[in-house]
Amino acid sequence: MTTSGPRASSSLNLISDAVCARCGCACDDIELLVEANRVREARNACPMGAEWFLASPEAGLPKALIGGREASLDAAVAEAGRILSEARFPLVHGLANATCEAQRVAVSIADRIGACLDTAMPLHRGLSGMAFQGVGEIHCSLGEVKNRADLVIFWGCDPGRTHPRHGERYSIGAKGLFTPLGRQSRRIAHVDLLPDSSGLNPDLFVPLEQGKDFEALWTLRALLRGHEIPAGACPGAPLEALRALSDAMKGSRFGVLFLGTGTSSAADSHMVVDAALAMALDLNRHSRFYVSPMRGGGNPAGADNVVTWQTGYPFGVHLGRGYPRFNPGEFSTEEVLSRGEADAALVVAADPASELNPAARKHLAEIGVVALDYGETETTRSARVSFMLAPYGLATPGTIYRMDDVSLPARPAVRSAYPSAEEVLRGIARAVGALP
Amino acid sequence: MTLTRIRGGTVHDPANNRDGVVMDLWFRDGVMVEGPGPGELPSRTHDASGLVVMPGGVDMHCHIAGPKVNLARKMRPEDHREAAPVRRTPITRSGTAGSVPSTFATGYLYAGLGYTTAVDAAIPPLAARHTHEEFHDTPILDKAFLILMGNNYYALKAIAEGEYERARAFAGWLLESSRAYGIKVVNPGGVEAWKSGWNNIHSLDEEVPHLPVTPRMILRGLAQASMDLGLPHPVHIHCNNLGLPGNAATTIGTMEALEGRRAHLAHIQFHSYGGEVSDQASFRSDVPRLADWINSHPEVSVDVGQVLFGSTTSMTGDGPLGYFLHQVTGRKWTSADTEMEAGCGIVPIVYKEKSFVHALQWAIGLEWYLLVKDPWRVGMSTDHPNGASFVAYPELVALLMDRGYRRDVLNRVHPRVRERSILQDLDREYTLQEIAIISRAGPARLLGLSTKGHLGVGADADITIYNSDRDRRRMFELPRMVFKAGELVVDRGEIRAESRGLTWHVCPGYDDGVLPDIRRWFESYYTIRFRNYPVDDSCLSGGGAVSPCDRGKRNP
Repeated sequence: MTTSGPRASSSLNLISDAVCARCGCACDDIELLVEANRVREARNACPMGAEWFLASPEAGLPKALIGGREASLDAAVAEAGRILSEARFPLVHGLANATCEAQRVAVSIADRIGACLDTAMPLHRGLSGMAFQGVGEIHCSLGEVKNRADLVIFWGCDPGRTHPRHGERYSIGAKGLFTPLGRQSRRIAHVDLLPDSSGLNPDLFVPLEQGKDFEALWTLRALLRGHEIPAGACPGAPLEALRALSDAMKGSRFGVLFLGTGTSSAADSHMVVDAALAMALDLNRHSRFYVSPMRGGGNPAGADNVVTWQTGYPFGVHLGRGYPRFNPGEFSTEEVLSRGEADAALVVAADPASELNPAARKHLAEIGVVALDYGETETTRSARVSFMLAPYGLATPGTIYRMDDVSLPARPAVRSAYPSAEEVLRGIARAVGALP
Repeated sequence: MTLTRIRGGTVHDPANNRDGVVMDLWFRDGVMVEGPGPGELPSRTHDASGLVVMPGGVDMHCHIAGPKVNLARKMRPEDHREAAPVRRTPITRSGTAGSVPSTFATGYLYAGLGYTTAVDAAIPPLAARHTHEEFHDTPILDKAFLILMGNNYYALKAIAEGEYERARAFAGWLLESSRAYGIKVVNPGGVEAWKSGWNNIHSLDEEVPHLPVTPRMILRGLAQASMDLGLPHPVHIHCNNLGLPGNAATTIGTMEALEGRRAHLAHIQFHSYGGEVSDQASFRSDVPRLADWINSHPEVSVDVGQVLFGSTTSMTGDGPLGYFLHQVTGRKWTSADTEMEAGCGIVPIVYKEKSFVHALQWAIGLEWYLLVKDPWRVGMSTDHPNGASFVAYPELVALLMDRGYRRDVLNRVHPRVRERSILQDLDREYTLQEIAIISRAGPARLLGLSTKGHLGVGADADITIYNSDRDRRRMFELPRMVFKAGELVVDRGEIRAESRGLTWHVCPGYDDGVLPDIRRWFESYYTIRFRNYPVDDSCLSGGGAVSPCDRGKRNP
C-alpha cells in the first residue's frame, strides 16, 4: 500500500478550489496555504471549516492495531479479512464519513460477505428517507435557491450555528439570476422553539411548541388549502404566526423549506417529513415550492447515493440471503446489535461504541470489530482490528456529495503517512474475495 | 488475445448485407477480423450451426444512471421487492430488479438479453460526475449519455441574443466538460417556464419567461450546433406537449421547424396523438400522418418509446410532465430541479390493457414500427423504463414478428382502440433481418458508433447468438451466447464474465474565446467553482473511448 497526497514541500503552496466536507455545504472555494505538509491557512472557510482543515494530523499512532498491539498493514488486513469471512452475521456500518470511492468498496465487501449494511445514523435520517418513499420529494439543487428563491423557511434549524456559509452561498444573502439584491430579494422565515442566536434576523419567526412539528405543518397545510382551523385544535404554534407564514408562502413564486432535525423525537420524525412533503405537493399547484433536508457533515448524501445505486435501497439493507433486502428497523445497526444478532462488524469512520444505546454497545464490545477511522475513537480503541486513515479531502482524493446531491472532486493538499479508507477497504475486499 | 471462430451460424448483419448467411465469423483482441489464411487455426471455436447470429444489441434511448434514476430507485422499494432478486454469484454482484434495477443488475439484465451498448438519454451536465460513477458500477455494457440542453439557461440566453456562435462553442465546451456523447433537448423552454413558476409552454412560438426565446429558436440553434460540431449523433429531441391529446401538431411543427437539419425524435409514440387537448375522450392515433412525414424526410429518425402493459416508473427531464402525471395518477411524485440546467419528474405508473388511453398508446407504438418504411430510421425502444422496462423487448419482438399474436392482444384490450387506430389493418410482420436493424444496426448507425451494430472487419466483437425458435419471445429472452469485446459474457442466461465496459464520449472542440464569458456566467450563477465542474478521463468507465466528430461534414 502506498500513502496518498501530493509530495511534501517546504515552500508555500496554494491549493485553490478545495472542497470542505465539514458541515454538508461542501464549500468548494477554499484556498489552502500549505507549508511543510501542513495547512497554515484555509481562506474563505468558516470557523468550522478552518478547524477541519487546520486540525493537526494524527501522528504517532500506529497505522494498524490487532488486539490493541501495533501490527503491519498487511497483517491487519489479513486479520480483518479472516474475522469478516468467518462471521455468520456480519454488520457493515458507517460509510457517511468517507469518499464515494471508499463507500463503493465497502458495499462490495458487504455484498461478498452477506452483511447487514447500514449507514443511517442517527436513525431519524433513515426515517425521513422512508417518508420520501411514501410521498416523493420536491427537491432542487442549492443553486436554484440562490437564483430563484423569494421565500426561504428554516424549520427546526439555524444555519448560522450548523452550516455557517449556507446563507451567504445559497439561501439568505446569495445573489442570483432572479435575486439580484440577495437578502433584499427574499423573505426569510424561521420556525423553531426559540429565536436564533446566530444573527439570522428573519422577517418572520414562528415559535414552535416542543415536539409539535407535525401539528404545526399540518395546520399550515390546512391554512394553505383555505380550511378554517376549529377552535380547540392544537395548531402546534400560535395560529396568527402560522397564518402570517401561510400568507408569505401564498405570495411567493419560489419557496423552499430547509428541514432540520426539528424539535420532535426521532420516532415521529418521518411523520414530520411526510407532512412537509405533502404540503410542498399542494403548493406546486400554484407556484414552485421545495423541501430540502439540512443534512450534516461528511458525505452522507454520497453514502445514500452509492448504497442506492449498488443495492436499490438507501440504508438498512441485509445481504445475507445473497441479494439485497430492505427493512429499516429490523436491519438497522442499533436494532441488529441490541438484539445480539451480529457476530462481527466492519465500522467505516463511525463511532457506534459511543453513540448507540447501551444494549447495542454491550453487544458490540463482545464481537469481532474491524474499525477504520481518522483518529482514535471509542470504537477503534475497543476493536479487534483497527486502522488509522489519511483524512479524506485533505490528504486523499475522491468524490464528495453536497447535501443536495451535487458531487464534487476533493482536492488533497497534504501528504499523509496513513493509507486512505479506499486503500484499506480494497485490501479487505481482496482478503474476503469481493469483486472490484 | 486468441483468435476465436464462431462457426457456421446463420448471420444477420444488415450493415454488411448479410441476411441469414451461413458463415464463420472471426475475432481477435475483441475486434472482428478476416478469417485466417490456410494453416492458421483458431484457438477457440464456438459452434453456432443452426443458431442465429447478430451484432450485440444497442439501446439508443434509455434511462439507466444518474440522479433521476437513482432517486427513482430510492423512491420505489416496493418495485424492487416485487421483482425476482438478483443474487450474487462467485463472479457477479447482487442487486435488485424491477423497473429501475440497481447498477450491477442493469448490466447483467441487458447482457442477458443480448444487449451490449446502452445510451442514457437525459443527464444534467452538473450530474455528469455522478453518472460516470454509476457507469463504473454498470458492468459489461458500453455506455454513453446525452446531456440536457433545451432548458440550459446560458444556451437559451445566447440563442435569444442571436449569438449562435457562442451557443455552439458553449455546447462544445459542455460536451467536453461532462464527457458526454450528444445533445438532448427536452420540452424546449417548457422546463425553464416550469421552474419560473409557470405551468408549461405549449406552442413552438411561445416565449420563455424572462427570455425572448421560443422552442422553435432553441430547436434550430441546438440542431445546427450538433451539425456544426460534427457530432456523431444529431440533436436528440423530446418535443413539447408530451402525452397530450392533439400533440401530433406540435410534433409536425417541431420537424418542420428544423428546416432540413438532421435530428432524432425520441419516444415518438408519446408525441403522436390526435384529438382535442381539452378532451381526453377525443384521444386517437395520428401516426399515419406523422409516419408519412418521416417516410419523406430522410434527415429525421425516431425511436418509438413503446408502451407494454404492466407496472413501471415514469421518469423524465420534463419537470412539468412529471407534475402532470402525478395529477393524472395520484401516485407519489419526485421532482428535482438542477440549477441553470434542467428539471426532472418521477412517478410510478401501471399501464393497463383495459385502459383506453394505455391500450391506445400501446397500439400507437406498434403503428410506428409498422408504418415507417425504412427500418434504419426507427430505433427499437421502450424509453426504458417509461413505456416499459427494457426486459420487455422480447415481447415487443414477438408483437412485431407475429401478426396473429398482435391481433390476439388487440382483441383483448380496450375495444375503442380498434376505432381510434389502424393497427388491426396492418398486416406487416417484421423479419429477423428487420429486427436486427431496429435493435442494433440502425441504432448504432443513428448514434454514429461505427464499431457497433455490425460484424464486419474492424467492428467490436459484440455478438449475440440466439437459438432459432418459432416462439420469438422465448428466442429473444434467452440468447444462447453473448460476447462483449470478444469475451463470452453470457452462456444460456448465465453471466460468465464481468467486464467493465467503456464509456463513449465526444471531443468536438470549441472556440475557446468563449471561455471567459462562460466562466463569468458560471461564477455568478452556479454554486460550484468553474474548475470543479468538468470531469476528466479518470472518471470514465474503462478509461473511456472517443467517438470521432466530423466537422468537415457540417451541412449535408
